[in-house]
Amino acid sequence: MRSVALNTARRAGRRRSRRFTRRDLVVLVVLLGIPVLLDIVIIWGPTLASIGLSFTSWDGIGDIHWVGGKNYQNLVDNYPPFWPAVRHNLLWLAFLGLIATPFGLLLAVVIDRGVRFSRFYQSTLYMPVVLSLAVVGFMAQLVLGTDQGVVNTVLNNHENPIDWLGDSDINIWMMMLAASWRHTGYVMILYLAGLKSVDPTLKEAAAIDGANARQTFFRVVFPTLRPVNVIVGVITVIESLRAFDIVYAVNKGRNGLELLSVLITDNVIGEASRIGFGSAIAVVLLTVSLGFIVTFLVQELRGARDR
Amino acid sequence: MSRRGLLRGAAVGAGALTLPALLTACGDGPGGDKKTVTVGSNSSDAVPKKAFAAAFTAYEKKSGKKVDVNTTDHNEFQTNITRYLQGTPDDVFMWFAGYRMQYFAEKGLLTDVDDVWKGFKGFSQALKDQSTHDGKQYFVPYYYYPWAVFHRKSLFDKKGYEQPKNWDDFIALAKQMHKDGTPVAFCDKDGWPAMGTFDYINMRLNGYDFHKGLMAGTEAWTDTKVKKVFDLWRELMPYYQKGALGRTWEEAAQGLQKRQTGMAVFGMPHPGQQFPENERADIDFFAFPEIDPQYGQDAVEAPIDGFLIAKKAKNVDAGKALLKYLGTPGAEDIYLAGDPNNVAVNDGADTSKYTPLQKKSAELVSGAKQISQFMDRDTRPDFAQTVMIKALQDFIGNPNDVDGLVNRIERQKKEIFSSAVS
Repeated sequence: MRSVALNTARRAGRRRSRRFTRRDLVVLVVLLGIPVLLDIVIIWGPTLASIGLSFTSWDGIGDIHWVGGKNYQNLVDNYPPFWPAVRHNLLWLAFLGLIATPFGLLLAVVIDRGVRFSRFYQSTLYMPVVLSLAVVGFMAQLVLGTDQGVVNTVLNNHENPIDWLGDSDINIWMMMLAASWRHTGYVMILYLAGLKSVDPTLKEAAAIDGANARQTFFRVVFPTLRPVNVIVGVITVIESLRAFDIVYAVNKGRNGLELLSVLITDNVIGEASRIGFGSAIAVVLLTVSLGFIVTFLVQELRGARDR
Repeated sequence: MSRRGLLRGAAVGAGALTLPALLTACGDGPGGDKKTVTVGSNSSDAVPKKAFAAAFTAYEKKSGKKVDVNTTDHNEFQTNITRYLQGTPDDVFMWFAGYRMQYFAEKGLLTDVDDVWKGFKGFSQALKDQSTHDGKQYFVPYYYYPWAVFHRKSLFDKKGYEQPKNWDDFIALAKQMHKDGTPVAFCDKDGWPAMGTFDYINMRLNGYDFHKGLMAGTEAWTDTKVKKVFDLWRELMPYYQKGALGRTWEEAAQGLQKRQTGMAVFGMPHPGQQFPENERADIDFFAFPEIDPQYGQDAVEAPIDGFLIAKKAKNVDAGKALLKYLGTPGAEDIYLAGDPNNVAVNDGADTSKYTPLQKKSAELVSGAKQISQFMDRDTRPDFAQTVMIKALQDFIGNPNDVDGLVNRIERQKKEIFSSAVS
């Protein structure tokens, strides 16, 4: 019923504004047309091209040969780094989402409480956010290097140094820690802004109702942070899917640091130029991203309807 | 200034910028500058960069032309080479001999330089072969550097080590070094240094022809010959320093310099660049030891660097004139005066100023029956980059699963080599 009412309202609105002057039309075409065109050329074009190319074999120079689904079959059966890359991507997402992001929230709450030197902590924790992830990667190498790294020097285990970056069982965790160093500060600042905008009377009301600190936070404050939660969720997913710079800076994303984005680069860019095969990996990454985007949109639309 | 005026100004400005570029793009249009030759350089390291600059300055003085060098970071140049050659390449560019060059020649991205080669003297047949594809020359070699087992002379003297001739002695020496607290240096974080060891064990065990076939995709990686290579390599592994996959070649060479390790399979510039100048006389090497007497120490891995002209180069004549100069012994002498970590390719080059290490390198290569170019230069780049780097790193991480490893390589090799080159 509600949707019918909505539709008629919308139709009525449309009828009223149908009388465009020529000038309005020009403005509309220019203002809408240019962004749409750009969107098609720089976003949809390459996306569709990747999907198309993923069914071909092309070295970037010669002819493009149609190979059907062979690239995908080859990817799954025959390309050893593929499954590790998928696993690492998911692990990265889980780590940021379940550890780094909640930790950022914790820091924000603690600082918002006004612990001593909170300004100092706030700036220190935010500082890494200005760094590019690639730079974080270079710094991680200075800290974790096998022979000359700070950690091994401090541990003074010269005889038997821990191979933080070379041991494929450890290095991914080290990289996720390094990436979290930046991510936490980012999340913290977003939540701080959100917490500042929570109406203090809500907390007062909760206090009068006899809620303790934990109840106040989880039952009253946290739900009002919903818009921030959504943004943080989106940022966490984006950050983990595009984690590329840091592993590429450290060891070109090899030997334990494989990610889908790295495999795409390895195959498409460079002398290798297996563009069709690389595109197939790109399509897999696109599908993974779409999964999150669709889930997010569905959630959002449902949320909007419930409100 | 009004907004409209600003826009108009910007449009005129953009036109002024693009118009000459369009004109030069028309080849020998009025913008084409015959007096300037551009060079795309991948030698971004300080020492070779300076040495190349000296050689180009000498050419400028001699010819009255101007050499415009566009230097790109070494790895970045490599990464972008396909796009570079299809875009707007410089008149002359730096690249490598062997399959890496032939691959681009096959794809029609290079200009042949037979006519320049006709005037050359002092290049051996092996060099000519490395510069040739389908009967035509595309490459002007400039210098090479051999791979061998490098070490500190003083450390060997102090500990009484002797340079081994065969595999058993080599393993015994490695074992001793490991016991003495100076293990064998090893690194593969960069993905390529370990290829040198694989190539050498393979060529000593199975011969140069097998190496060529394996790299060309005609031999099977599942062959017992290949498995034997990995088995022999595994004998050496316990005596390596730990943590190879977290160590760059620079760090490994510095370990050698600091006497923390005893020896390393390297190319000549690797220890050369990491030793301070006053300690370079202490570097020594021996040829990779013999494994099968049938092949002895016949083959030497000695990658050759040099110059080429792209098909799309604008100023081909000026490029060829520069190549003609760079192929002379004098031009190589000027370069090597600034970079003693390489060896001249031309027989006529002045060897009197060579360091003992350079002299020994020249002897090593001139005594070789075959010259290989290193795994990633002897095979298809897509195979080397996407399959072999990971395969060798996997082997270093887990040396026990050779069967699984060679099966995975072979399956991927079949897939990659089945796609046509051109």
